[in-house]
Amino acid sequence: MTTMTYAQGILAAFRYTMRTRPNVFVFGQGLWSPWYVGSSMQDLDIEFGRERVIDSPVSEVAVTGAAVGASLCGYRPIVVHPRMDFMILAVDQIVSQAAKWAHMFGGQARPAVTIRGIINRGGEQGAQHSQALHAWFAHIPGLRVVMPATAADARDLLIASVLCDDPVLYIDDRWLYEVEQDETPIVELDLATQRPAVLREGGDCTLVGAGYSTQLCLQAAAQLAAAGIDCEVIDLRVINPLDDAAIVASVQKTGRLVAVDGSWRLCGLAGEIIAGVAEQLDVGAWRGRPQRVTLPDAPAPTSRALEEIYYPTAATVIAAVRRTLGNREE
Amino acid sequence: MTEHDALMLPDHLDQPDAYRAPIAIDGADLEVLIEQLRAMLVIRKAEEKIGDMVTAGKIRCPAHLGIGQEAIAVGVSSPLRASDRVFGAHRSHSHFLALGGSVDGLFAEVLGRVTGSSKGMGGSMHLFDQTVGFLGSVPIVGASVPVATGAGLAAKMDGRGDVAVSYFGDGAMEEGALHESLNLAMALQLPVIFVCENNFFASHLHISLRQPGNSLARFARAHGMPAYALDGNDVRAMTLAAEEAVQRARAGGGPSFIEAVTYRWRGHVGPREDMDVGVRRGDDLVIWKQRDPVGRLVGALAARGWFSHDAAAALDREVQDEIDAAWQRAEVAPFPETAALLDLVYALPGGGTR
Repeated sequence: MTTMTYAQGILAAFRYTMRTRPNVFVFGQGLWSPWYVGSSMQDLDIEFGRERVIDSPVSEVAVTGAAVGASLCGYRPIVVHPRMDFMILAVDQIVSQAAKWAHMFGGQARPAVTIRGIINRGGEQGAQHSQALHAWFAHIPGLRVVMPATAADARDLLIASVLCDDPVLYIDDRWLYEVEQDETPIVELDLATQRPAVLREGGDCTLVGAGYSTQLCLQAAAQLAAAGIDCEVIDLRVINPLDDAAIVASVQKTGRLVAVDGSWRLCGLAGEIIAGVAEQLDVGAWRGRPQRVTLPDAPAPTSRALEEIYYPTAATVIAAVRRTLGNREE
Repeated sequence: MTEHDALMLPDHLDQPDAYRAPIAIDGADLEVLIEQLRAMLVIRKAEEKIGDMVTAGKIRCPAHLGIGQEAIAVGVSSPLRASDRVFGAHRSHSHFLALGGSVDGLFAEVLGRVTGSSKGMGGSMHLFDQTVGFLGSVPIVGASVPVATGAGLAAKMDGRGDVAVSYFGDGAMEEGALHESLNLAMALQLPVIFVCENNFFASHLHISLRQPGNSLARFARAHGMPAYALDGNDVRAMTLAAEEAVQRARAGGGPSFIEAVTYRWRGHVGPREDMDVGVRRGDDLVIWKQRDPVGRLVGALAARGWFSHDAAAALDREVQDEIDAAWQRAEVAPFPETAALLDLVYALPGGGTR
């Protein structure tokens, strides 16, 4: 059977939407460059032409806003921010424009724009070349926020984002680009009906992640299984709007919850997951205290000695599982 | 020209009393001028009504009035068609009405009624009417300029000769979004008309306290963009500049910038005249009211014997009656259903997107 990587999944989604939808175009910095977005957009400009794959001036606000404007006029633009840190410059266009226009114009405006923000971190890149800011955007009604963890989702959720009538922030992570799986046929999903997925079943503890964090959960679950601890792994896939029914059902069964997020702790995604379950689950259903695994609340360091302790790993997830199991050995 | 001159408006455009005479209407079509006069009156009286109703406590949403600036939108709208795409800002009643947006829709919108142009979800600062080509106004300063630029990109991709228009003020010129948009429009040669209403004030603060000069077309020239600086209180001059810019854009000649020098008779927000601080606006206002876009067109028509002052008074009454009737209809219109609060967040309530 043929395999596909996450990066190949993204590339396949671009090619599929551009082949099947003439109103799709791609706009952003670095699109004609061989190195900006890795292999995930390889040769798109050659296949579809530089009128549809537009490398842009260094203008995050104007380019993002222009994509919003084009989407109001019947196009399905995909804006690419090769590094999410730079996308911050365009937050007004994402938060106050794209996410608001449908509601404040009484449903008459449809900013059907897809904004691709790439998490690109590690390698001593430091504080302004490392940020994962998905939780900010999950806070915003009117925006859909997608974080694929698998190669198939990287492809099919990008296609679904482009086909969706709402503005979508699609967040991929360069640490996932080599994640591999058996190739599956392309499916056109309705983004509005996509829910968290149970990637692994288990009765001892529920692990929840999104994007790269989901892969950490899977790695931790595999290692814990060898020690006789069965974890259930739930991949959020879409973090705004967030449907936590599957998580609640899982924790009802396991009584334990570890929420893993590759961003900061305060007002973050991990805390939100735990809060949602805590509200809905009877106190007696808990068998251990829920745990968060996040970044420490500090900017990303450059020195490798600090970077080693900065990012969550499978080992930090395993330690959190052992804490909630009441195992005090560490 | 000295370096300082390059920063300043040419032709005494910033002098309130420099353009008080009736406007030049040589070569203009009489019917078009009467139509434009009527359009300006509708805008003025609609805004006066809104101002009065703010004072009366019937309107609560922030209402930014552009009384005194009517000629700009009426002139710019003249060469536009419904398939063009127009975007406004916080002071956009005139932009909306000049395109043919309905007074009923405006009044109901500022009252938060479901019959409003944005279904009662937007208020004064969020107007929308796709049927006339008005694709939205927003109060984040400069924010709709990139959006309009993208509508121009879409128009260029469509290849049908449509154009985008972006209205903004002198304050927006100080936003980075403006310069990014001007550059992008030039780099991609987009059919966008950037219309800068220079009324010298950003909220309360005069341009002399914000910029080293008072010419805004200078920014467009720096981007290599064709630029006009003209009396924004002259509907005929505005029409001619807009026609030229729109024609160039439709023909694939790229963007243009029109700086329309004007003055708002009311304060930044609400009906009062005296909110501004930091400069002696009071003296200027009296003179600027004599540079009235409506009165100067009436004067020009009367001087030609094309229109009597009696006819002007009759037109005035007719428009006033329409405005009063529209207000009465809006006041009794229903509010949005409470379900609208959540149902309009995403494309289809509760799930599907198609």
